[in-house]
Amino acid sequence: MKENFIKFGKNLVTTEEFLAEGHTFCTGCGEALALRLACKSLGRNVIIANATGCTEVCTSPLPVTSWRVPWIHTLFENTAATASGIEAGLKVLMQKGKMPEKDIKCVAVAGDGGTTDIGIQALSGAFERNHDFLYICFDNEAYMNTGIQRSSATPYGASTTTAPAGKQSIGQTTWKKNLPEIAVAHNIPYVATASPGYPFDLMNKVKKGADIKGPAYVHILSPCPTGWRHATDLAIDIGRLAVETGIFPLYEVENGRYKLNVDRSKLKPVQDYLKTQGRFRHLLDEEITRIQEHVDEEYAKLKAKIACFAA
Amino acid sequence: MSKRVGLEASHAAAEAARMADVDVIAAYPITPQTHIPERLAEMVADGELRAAYVPVESEHSAMSTCLGAAAVGARTFTATAGPGLEYMHNVLYVASAMRLPVVMTVANRALSAPLSIWGDHSDAMSVRDTGWIQVFCQNSQEAFDMTLWAFRVGEDPAILLPVMVHFDGFHLTHVTEPVVLPEQEEVDGFLPSFQYPFALDPDNPMTLGAFAPPDIYSEAKLAQEMAIRKSKAVLNQVFNEFGDIFGRYYRAVEPYKTEGAKTLLLTMGSYSETAKTVIDTKKDKGESVGLINLRLWRPFPCEELRQAVKGAETVIVFDRCISFGGPGGPVSSEIRSALYGEKERPKAVSFIGGLGGRDMSAKDFEHVIDRGREVAEKGLVELYETVGIRGEVTGIRG
Repeated sequence: MKENFIKFGKNLVTTEEFLAEGHTFCTGCGEALALRLACKSLGRNVIIANATGCTEVCTSPLPVTSWRVPWIHTLFENTAATASGIEAGLKVLMQKGKMPEKDIKCVAVAGDGGTTDIGIQALSGAFERNHDFLYICFDNEAYMNTGIQRSSATPYGASTTTAPAGKQSIGQTTWKKNLPEIAVAHNIPYVATASPGYPFDLMNKVKKGADIKGPAYVHILSPCPTGWRHATDLAIDIGRLAVETGIFPLYEVENGRYKLNVDRSKLKPVQDYLKTQGRFRHLLDEEITRIQEHVDEEYAKLKAKIACFAA
Repeated sequence: MSKRVGLEASHAAAEAARMADVDVIAAYPITPQTHIPERLAEMVADGELRAAYVPVESEHSAMSTCLGAAAVGARTFTATAGPGLEYMHNVLYVASAMRLPVVMTVANRALSAPLSIWGDHSDAMSVRDTGWIQVFCQNSQEAFDMTLWAFRVGEDPAILLPVMVHFDGFHLTHVTEPVVLPEQEEVDGFLPSFQYPFALDPDNPMTLGAFAPPDIYSEAKLAQEMAIRKSKAVLNQVFNEFGDIFGRYYRAVEPYKTEGAKTLLLTMGSYSETAKTVIDTKKDKGESVGLINLRLWRPFPCEELRQAVKGAETVIVFDRCISFGGPGGPVSSEIRSALYGEKERPKAVSFIGGLGGRDMSAKDFEHVIDRGREVAEKGLVELYETVGIRGEVTGIRG
């Protein structure tokens, strides 16, 4: 397998690394892999604005850096606005002849907290203003960098440090905020979901999002061994299971048209996904049934949207 | 040939940004705002200014957008006031620490609650430790001049710091006054194009805004502190350059008829002009008084201040901001602190007034001087007194 990849892999994906070795991501981190793949897809002509969070802290401890492309971090909550300034600045400098014309992609990178909670206002503003940029949310479903606190992207039933499972609580009691749908509601030209379990799909979507004119949003579910409490060799498998169970369907919405990228005739039961992770270990059958019903319902809604554009 | 026109301070500042050929403007319209972004938006719409006008959804995003734009080497401008400045407070520290020379005009206004859109200096004082260079203006002409000066100073390769230009909400922002506008060639001669040495560029990748472990953070902050301290020599020199080109010479600390004066009044912003008329009247009556207009607030001009008060018996400091539970108004605290180590120093008396748009008339300043002198003579030890406020504070001893 490895030999085959060494032989053929370089035809499929660049061997050049823009995120250097030596970063401090946890062992088996799904986000580090997704970020590395996204960077391969983006190439050299890019400027990245990074929110505070795992991706920032693990790649830029002074005096060293993992970044081989221009990269800026300012704060936690403002990445879409910082990216807005980069995009507006590049565009006007080129228009005024103060900078040579060049296709430089402007990309914002943030976690789920920086996107679905504290950064949502800046993100919504940047979408609405139609900046030509790609925003990638690396969603590991809680504030992992600071110790597994719940966010609005934490799934129902997950135990976190600020919504722990206890004698009278199942942990998170709210359903995961659906940020891709909120992005779609802004009528931006491109929205997609992706998973490091499907690396080529992920890279294609990042490339498409970066190439498309106007705002693009790619939401990547990033398995987190530390916060999800799963084995460190399972990030890929769990990333795939999230898709195969319908918990995190892979789809894209191009100019308002929905398309399912991984369509399974029969979904696996959610139990297959939940049982791989310690954060769901406390859930009783009753709750698992509730999650199954919710996933079925959401999946049916998505299928209905896709059916609208099938004809 | 320069021309003399009638402009409110807001439009004068917008005109300065236009003549500076600013590249990116990011501004939010409310909480509260002035005519500055409106005028700039109009200029962009009419093609008088080639700039990206980014109508952001908040002041927090306004400053964040400015950071991104400045980081790719764009000349960047925003304007805000009062609570809007507070809303971007977090981002202000990042601009200065990352050495991004954003220029921002601040129409000084009160802070909520209660809600007030009218003027005082609470906003400016609340951001004094954010690492920005801060200057105050007395009139519309200065709003133009200081905005232009701010670009030149902030972008100077020896400085690279953001600059705040303060002028009083309503008392200046909405008042039309004569302003001399220079020729474009004069402006171009004063202000070279912006060449940011650390611009984000795929051909020369750099990591900006990396995080600092404890073994690095302290040194990084000290380097920033040294940068703003060292900026004073350069910005003083740019005051001279400005004067040589445009004929108006500004100073960090501006004495007015202080020669031999026993009592000095110290004010900032538009009230300095009102106070000057009071000094004139009192001088005519033979009183030994003078005025100090404190233009530069950060970096604090300690040396210039010590020089300016030399020989005076009393300096009366007028604040437009309360430092709640503090040792007096913020300006008076800093004046006292700057003079404390001097062997021979004047007594410092503190007054607070002009809050939330409360007018300070010439009569009020007469009272401040008369009462201030009395306090100094009697040797009273109150932290401060109020002026023009019902239920005056007296006898506060901390």
